Formats: sequence, C-alpha cells, structure tokens
Amino acid sequence: MSAKQAIDLKKTAIDWLGILPFLLFAVMFLIAPTLYLVTGAFLNPAGEFTFDNISGLFTDKILASYWISIKVSLASSLGGAFIGFFLAWAVVLGGLPSWIRSSLLTFSGVASNFAGVPLAFAFLATLGRTGLVTLLLRDWFGINLYATGFNLLSFIGLTITYMYFQIPLMVLIITPALDGLKKEWREAAEILGATNTQYWTKVALPILFPSILGTTLLLFANAFGAIATAYSLTGSTFNIVPIQLYAQIRGDVLHNPNLGYALALGMIVITGISNLIYIWLRMRAERWQK
Amino acid sequence: MKTQKIGAWIAILFGASYFIIPLIATFEFSLRMRRGEYTFDAYRSVFSDVQFRESFSYSIVMAILTIVFGILLVVPTAYWVRLRLPQMRPVVEFITLMPLVIPAIVIVFGYLRLYNSSSFIPFTGSARGTDLLLMFSFMTLSLPYMYRSVDTAMRTIDVATLTEAAQSLGASWPTIMFKCIFPNVMSGVLSGAFITFAIVIGEFTMPSLLNRPAFGPYLQLIGANRAYEPPALAIIAFAITWASMALLQLVSRFSKSAPSKP
Repeated sequence: MSAKQAIDLKKTAIDWLGILPFLLFAVMFLIAPTLYLVTGAFLNPAGEFTFDNISGLFTDKILASYWISIKVSLASSLGGAFIGFFLAWAVVLGGLPSWIRSSLLTFSGVASNFAGVPLAFAFLATLGRTGLVTLLLRDWFGINLYATGFNLLSFIGLTITYMYFQIPLMVLIITPALDGLKKEWREAAEILGATNTQYWTKVALPILFPSILGTTLLLFANAFGAIATAYSLTGSTFNIVPIQLYAQIRGDVLHNPNLGYALALGMIVITGISNLIYIWLRMRAERWQK
Repeated sequence: MKTQKIGAWIAILFGASYFIIPLIATFEFSLRMRRGEYTFDAYRSVFSDVQFRESFSYSIVMAILTIVFGILLVVPTAYWVRLRLPQMRPVVEFITLMPLVIPAIVIVFGYLRLYNSSSFIPFTGSARGTDLLLMFSFMTLSLPYMYRSVDTAMRTIDVATLTEAAQSLGASWPTIMFKCIFPNVMSGVLSGAFITFAIVIGEFTMPSLLNRPAFGPYLQLIGANRAYEPPALAIIAFAITWASMALLQLVSRFSKSAPSKP
C-alpha cells in the first residue's frame, strides 16, 4: 500500500515537473513583473500601504491623457468594427466572386500585423503635409487639407491610422461568425413572412451581437496598449497614456515612481476589463457556431 | 438582391482604396528623393547604411533565438498538458493569453524594475544579460500566437497513442519528443514561427526601453531625422510582414491538403 502511494506520489511529481519550465517562465516574465507594479501602485516610496498613488491619477494632466487614450481607442475600435463588419458581410453574404474573399482575408492577415513604426511612416507619406493624398487633393480638387483644420498628428489622424490594423482584425474575427449564420434561419424567417430588415434586426444581429461587441472590445484594448505608431507619428507631444508611461519609464517625469506604477495599473485595469468581457462574450457567441 | 450586391461592391471598393492608397502613397513618396524624377535613391541610401544592416541583422538573430527557445518552451508544455495534466489546461491557456491582456509597455516596465542591476537577477547589468532579457520578452509577446498554433496542431493528433506506441518500442523521452511529436505538429510550429518573426522584427517598445540596437528603435530614429528613407523602410517592413504571412498561409494550406495518416 505504502509502496503504491510512493509510486503515485512520484508519478504526480513527474507530472508537475513536466510543466515546471513553463510555470517558471510565466512567473518570472509575466506574473512577477505585473504583481510588482500592481503592489507598487499601493505603496509609498517608504514602502507603506497607501491609496495616494491611485488618487494621484485623478489629476488634470493624467485624467486628460486617459481621456484622449480612451477617445482614440473607442473611435478607432468603433470605426474599425463598423467598416470591418461591412467588409466581412460583403464577402460572406454579398454574392461577390470568391477570389475577393480570399484576397481580403489574406490581406487582413498581413495588415493586422502591419502596425508600429512603419505604419506611421505610411500614413505620413499619405496624409502628412507633403503626403500623396494631401498633394493630390490640392492639385486636382483645390482642397487644402491642412487649412480645413485636419492634422495627421491629432485625434482624428491617429484614429484613421489605427483603423489600418483595426479593420483587418475585425474582418479576421467576424468572418467566421458570419459564416456561422445558417441558411435555414433566413429561410425560416422568410417563410414566416419576415422582411429583410426584420430578419437582420430580429434574427441575425441578435445572434451576432456578442461577437460584434466582443470583438469591438478586443479592438479597444488593442488600440489602448499600442504605442509605437503614435510615438513615431507625433513624438511625445500627443499625450496618450502609453506615451506618458514611456516618458515616465525613461525619466520619471511624474517625479514619483509609485505614481508610475499606478499609471501602469490603470492600463492593466482598462485592457483587462475589456478583454475579460470579450472572453465572456466569445463563450456566449460560440454556442451559435456549433 | 441586386441592391445587396451593389452595396457589397461599394463596401469592397471603399475598403480596398483605404488599404491600397497608403501603400501607393508610401511607395511614391519613397521614390521622391531626387527632385523632379523618381529614383530608388532612398532604398540605396537605406541599404548602404551601416546602422540599418547592424540593427536588421540584430533583430533577425533575436527573432531566430526567440523562435527556437519559444518552440522548446511551448511544444513540450502543450504536449505534457495534453498527456498528463489535462486539469491544468485552462490555467496554462489563461497564462498564454496574458500577454494580450497586459500591454507590452507595462510588462517591460515590470522587467526594468524587477531585473535591474541591483536586483536578485541583474539581467540589465550587462549587454549580454539585457539581450537575454529581451529574448525572453519577445518570447512573452509571441506566447499567445505560438501556443495557440502548436496546440491547434496537437489537437489533430492522438498524443496518448503516439506516446504509448513509441514507449512500447523502447523510445526515450527525447526520442518521443523530437522524432514523434515535433514532426507531427510541424505545421503549427512553423505558423507560430512566422508570426513570431513578423512580431519580433518590427517591435519597438521593448528593445527601445531596454536600450538594445534593434530594428524597431532604428526605424523610429530614422523617422525622426530623415525624410525619404522612412517610406522606403515602411515598404521594406511591409514586404517582410507580407512574406511571413505568405509563408504561414502556404504552410497551413500544405498541412491541410496532406492530413496526418490514420
């Protein structure tokens, strides 16, 4: 009996030994660094527990940077979700030739990974002061884009740029959901006398709603954590949260390391909540895709 | 039905122009270096830049190391979880998704505080140590993609039967791992590798904050100081991303047309 127990114990030990490297990696490079910042957000420089750093976030400058970050992320995720949905709808249900579908999906795979610094270069060459589109609008249509108040290095410019990776991401995630709409549902609705509008508002959109909302939240978190594009587009002039955190890491511009931890904690909370709702909605949506 | 088709075409045309115009504009801009004519001078200037070659090869070496060590970490873990610890699957999957939830800049912020030169494990105390830390941070970034593609490939094979068959023929654990499991999940390993490559080559935040001379920070530096080289570099970066994704698609299509024999 005790020999068997010893063997069982040894077997369990070996079982756990197998994922030890992975657990060690996770603790060292994911969990411990995050916990360090999270606990640091609740400590003062002397190491005592405090809420001062959290309340320190509610100053005009930091609130303004969270607000502009939320605005850019919200606008680019809503815009990306809206346009991405129509593109996916067009290739799944629009009756287009099938090569359009495969090229859109291939392109989306590339464009959703084409972010960071090169994306900023591309939009500077397009909509910057001497960008191609800016020049063509001036020469062909007599429109001086920058006289209309447009600026690439602003809220609207950053939103347009972010949508270049947001739209493809939406296309990639929402296309399978649209594929999952069964023909029988439409036929059943039509037999019962539903119009096209009724079918969409009463059948299709309620089924798709968890996928659409969930993906929008994923896009939101995706934009909220992004820094490279904004940084190389606007330098450090445009105060979104990641850029402010970058400056804080580089040179403690807030003059309080623990306030920097609180800034990071705020980012984790926002991206964490949107991702958790996304995962929950995704589980709900998968019921319809079986 | 007809209006639906017209609507679909409008959506596609709008989308296509939004996606293609910036690429055309970037290419056109990259040719403008000499006044009054289109030349490839900007590309010539980029390729003859020593810093370009150094940072680019640094990033390629980092990408290869990240891929190798990422595979060595992920494949045995995914295998072991399926074989022996199925109850741990939700936990391991949650951990692999964490890098998508926590922004990269926050993760690297934690590294800088935890592994600075006066800490227990002073990674950032030396250049080699920082390189090592950077490789681990790249592994963290690519973990969600690597794990998912390997785990998906592993779902299609019967891990338990393969292992038992190998064991009854007297195979050791390394033999089982490298001669049985790896070849069977090669498609997943390769797709994970190509995504990792695309991510690592362009990554800016982590090498920039760790002060290592990678391609991403180099791009940013050129962007701040030059006019015509940046669009040329953007075209090069787009071509690299495109090539990685094309290889990925090729691999997944190849593995679909040749399913593992029963």
